[in-house]
Amino acid sequence: MSDTEQPVSGPQQTDPVHDWTTDYDIYDAEYVNDPTPVWKDLRDSGCPMARTDRRGIRSWLPTKFADVQALAKIVPELSNKEPLVISLPKDMQFGDQTFNAPPISSDPPEQIWTRRMILPAFSPKAVEKHRQYTVDLCNSLIDGFIDNGSCDAAVDYAQQIPPRVIANMLGFDPAKSDDFTEWVRGVLELGLFDPVIRVKYREIIREFLIDEVSSRWENPRDDYLSELLAMDVPEMKGQEVKVVVGLANLLLIAGIDTTWSSIGSGLYHFGTHADDRRRLAADHSLFPTALEEILRFYSPVTMARVAQEDVPFGDTVIKEGEKVLMNFPGANHDEDAFEDAGKVVIDRTRNRHIAFGSGIHRCAGSNLARLEMDVAIRTWFERIPEFEVSDPDAVTWAGGQVRGPRRLPMKF
Amino acid sequence: MKYHRDRERRNRFAEKGNQLKLVIDSDLCQGHNRCYALAPELVDVDDYGQAFALNDGEVPAELEDKAALIVDNCPEFAIKVESGE
Ligand code: HEM
Ligand code: SF4
Repeated sequence: MSDTEQPVSGPQQTDPVHDWTTDYDIYDAEYVNDPTPVWKDLRDSGCPMARTDRRGIRSWLPTKFADVQALAKIVPELSNKEPLVISLPKDMQFGDQTFNAPPISSDPPEQIWTRRMILPAFSPKAVEKHRQYTVDLCNSLIDGFIDNGSCDAAVDYAQQIPPRVIANMLGFDPAKSDDFTEWVRGVLELGLFDPVIRVKYREIIREFLIDEVSSRWENPRDDYLSELLAMDVPEMKGQEVKVVVGLANLLLIAGIDTTWSSIGSGLYHFGTHADDRRRLAADHSLFPTALEEILRFYSPVTMARVAQEDVPFGDTVIKEGEKVLMNFPGANHDEDAFEDAGKVVIDRTRNRHIAFGSGIHRCAGSNLARLEMDVAIRTWFERIPEFEVSDPDAVTWAGGQVRGPRRLPMKF
Repeated sequence: MKYHRDRERRNRFAEKGNQLKLVIDSDLCQGHNRCYALAPELVDVDDYGQAFALNDGEVPAELEDKAALIVDNCPEFAIKVESGE
């Protein structure tokens, strides 16, 4: 599979950080491996909003839960026009004339009507119809390696699940799942540093989707994309194909790296913490709190906003054109918001984590993501209750936009 | 263990004969659906993820702990438990 040839995303390419308050870098190798000491230092330093001028643009990094939540509410002054943590050079960005990836790349009012188009398919009840497919998929993946007594739980398992679930939902050939994974990593991981790679994969996805969506526009099928095309949404009239290509683009990109990272982080945690693993294996009623705690502690997703005007915030002013990172992972480690924030407590009962974001862009796929995590980790525990990360030093992490294990050698 | 304070407060309401009432602020709710996952007896969500309280928000005594639980797990601070009167 092409994935094995891809280098891990590029923390190695960064200059060392000497002062995290004025020159932070979320692609710093140590930050990628474990960002928690940096967040703690920043909060303790009395400067919980770090900044950086790396990569040609000033960018802010809040680390307090309350700050991240407050910033997420400053809409549309802090805009989602460029939601990735590193912006493309201006001449490589999508212009206003094309859709990008609504609703994540839009502000109201466009964000509202595009989001309402997709929400019903992701309600808690609606996502249940993907459960059986996911259970069967997880079991068949485990069948493939259980007799070996070992596997790479990231590559052979976690990574295989979300692209197939989303392909199944969107009506794409599941055999293309490895391609989807490669494309998405091309945009979100490898391409973040390299605009050429990013645009290359963005265009591959676009062309693929234009084909898929246009063919359904001409000949509707009994599937989700055809349903989206047929929706009676006044704002979409006359640009159906473009809108649905944008939505499908986002669903493909948003649901793969993220969910795979969370499933992988869960297995990493239980494969390195035998006490928690035994406890959960003995008492499956802990699953709901345990999975929310994995989401909190190993939150995968950091997003970005770009200021449309000068926005005063606390002691500072976020100037027009500057970025602010939506540091949901850091917020989830704030001691003022979570008791024993630095510890994984699998029966934590008070857990207001914002791994799925906060405010109007709250992850539209959160119910599907939770279902996938639940099925993936539960099925693993049912089939393989005893397991251990065989070589902790061989575990590699991707970080930045989406953090999660990319190599996870497991023995059982 | 952390609920003692809430429980005392609720008991005080109960002593006064007040029924607890669950109130969801629909402006704050962003559809994380944590409340529905934890307490489907107390809340439901619509197609767009917006939560609403069942039974006019009435919280039967045996569900008071659950009500406190969803208050404490709503990421948007959208849920409150109020004294009925
Ligand atoms: C554990 C897995 C996932 C995590 C942690 C996650 C996290 C997030 C976060 C933090 C946001 C907010 C973005 C922002 O504030 O700019 C978001 C948005 C979004 N996510 Fe997810 N996500 C996950 C899985 C999924 C899945 C499986 C799907 C669907 C297939 C999905 C679809 C979306 C969509 C459509 C949005 C945009 C919502 C909007 O802008 O209104 N996500 N996600
Ligand atoms: S947990 Fe809070 S934000 Fe989520 S649906 Fe319930 S009330 Fe709304």
